Amino acid sequence: MLCENCGKNEAAIHLTQIQNNEMTTRHLCEVCAETMGLSSGGAGPSAPLADFIAQMGKAIASETATTAGTCPSCGLTLADFKKTGRLGCARCYSVFDTSLRGLLRKLHGGTQHSGKVYLPKDPTETDRTARLVSLRRGLGRAVDSEDFERAAALRDQIRRLEAGQEVQG
Amino acid sequence: MKERFLDGDPDAGLAWLRADGPNSDIVLSTRIRLARNLRNFRFGTRADADDRGEVLRLTLAAADAAPSLQSGRNVTVSTLDDTERQLLLERHLVSRELIGGEGHVAPTHTALVLAPGEGLSVMVNEEDHLRLQNIVGGFRLRDAWRDVERLDDEMGQRVPYAFHPEFGYLTSCPTNVGTGLRASVLMHLPGLVLTQEIAKVLQGISQVGLTFRGLYGEGSDVVGNFFQISNQTTLGKTEEDLIDHLQRIVQQVVQYETQARSVLLRDAPTVIEDKVWRAYGLLRHARSTSFEEVMNLLSGVRLGVGLKLIENVRVQTLNRIMIFAQSAHLERAARGRLPEGDLDVRRAAFVRGVLAAEESGAANA
Ligand SMILES: [Zn+2]
Ligand SMILES: [Zn+2]
Repeated sequence: MLCENCGKNEAAIHLTQIQNNEMTTRHLCEVCAETMGLSSGGAGPSAPLADFIAQMGKAIASETATTAGTCPSCGLTLADFKKTGRLGCARCYSVFDTSLRGLLRKLHGGTQHSGKVYLPKDPTETDRTARLVSLRRGLGRAVDSEDFERAAALRDQIRRLEAGQEVQG
Repeated sequence: MKERFLDGDPDAGLAWLRADGPNSDIVLSTRIRLARNLRNFRFGTRADADDRGEVLRLTLAAADAAPSLQSGRNVTVSTLDDTERQLLLERHLVSRELIGGEGHVAPTHTALVLAPGEGLSVMVNEEDHLRLQNIVGGFRLRDAWRDVERLDDEMGQRVPYAFHPEFGYLTSCPTNVGTGLRASVLMHLPGLVLTQEIAKVLQGISQVGLTFRGLYGEGSDVVGNFFQISNQTTLGKTEEDLIDHLQRIVQQVVQYETQARSVLLRDAPTVIEDKVWRAYGLLRHARSTSFEEVMNLLSGVRLGVGLKLIENVRVQTLNRIMIFAQSAHLERAARGRLPEGDLDVRRAAFVRGVLAAEESGAANA
């Protein structure tokens, strides 16, 4: 069946709608459905990513290719990343730092994580402090929004951490 | 000994079908997923067999000791046959990536650890080393978050996570970095589709930084008026911010959908009633149906139940049909692979049986 909007592509989306007490079914292709805001095609995060990586590829090519060519831990190159959109290991985030910042800003609007702070099994003083700061920030917000159940849970976590008992269960 | 995934619990991972959560006539389920990686191993696409084997070993040991996963089950995906893998996919417990695409050899060293009770699980060696996931019934973002966050702490104490002070939890794909959190809500929106308001609503959703897609993942059609709405960004906002934002927007969509349904009932009662009962009649009597047809008909019946036009069918029953009328579930019930035509006939018979039982049950009650 062909798309009833453009008459060219195969219809992939079938929508039943009601107008003036009459039921009609519309048959649309992905492209037309998308321009009407009905498809999933371009709405996911993959489109801006592919876009950006392509742009980044061009920018990199014009740079002198001396900066950070290959990740020493996993062997990933910027060309690999451009092709797959996937990083190879934790080290990649430092190796490709400069290029990644632009990408992260474009994808997320910024580069600074402000969520949960990881607390490893044997935390250093820095780990502990960073986690406490994020827990206290969470507590403040839970109190502000009068989410007392969450506030109580956070207070418990803070107390446990301050007492040096970070393992939960 | 090879563990059969459903041995002893035919409903494993399906607690969310109970439909006892808030707004469960419009919101089917709430899912939160956290992407995590181990510090000293290459991520999914660059990991070799040794890396993957070691990640699996460490993760299963950690899962064994994690309180949230006590008396759960470990499923080594590479030991499952095609039908069992497909069945996990049909239950939304694994991704296609974890089980290997149709006709592809399944990736090695992949596993699913499933907690007993509600929908808490861990996928091992997907695109990221760990995908912690929680699926709950109805509209319950905060509940889903609380349990998966606890599991995250339990696992993070037992395996060292890759974490960066500026970029947060490091992930294979930069679209997931930071919180690694994807929260999504599966909604049934026939009212907005029928009143032609859906395009406006979905456009609004993408303008406030959320994404939507059809029920079966990227590129899928809008089957049965089911839409999945989730956060798009993962870095720069706290987990609670991301969840609260989604909560507010979904709440609004629930309101729009409710309004649209009452408008339909007011302005086009005959059309609606006819549509609803035709859908029910087809499900109740058809002799051969594709899964897509079942989904579209279920949408009509579900609308009828929501509007109280149909009173003797429970939402829970419709949810069960949605899962158990899929091919791998039918094949499992039949204990073997089935040709396409047989599948459609068995599917119709299964649906008729479930609805007949519901009718007689309601009559007896
Ligand atoms: Zn078209
Ligand atoms: Zn690397």
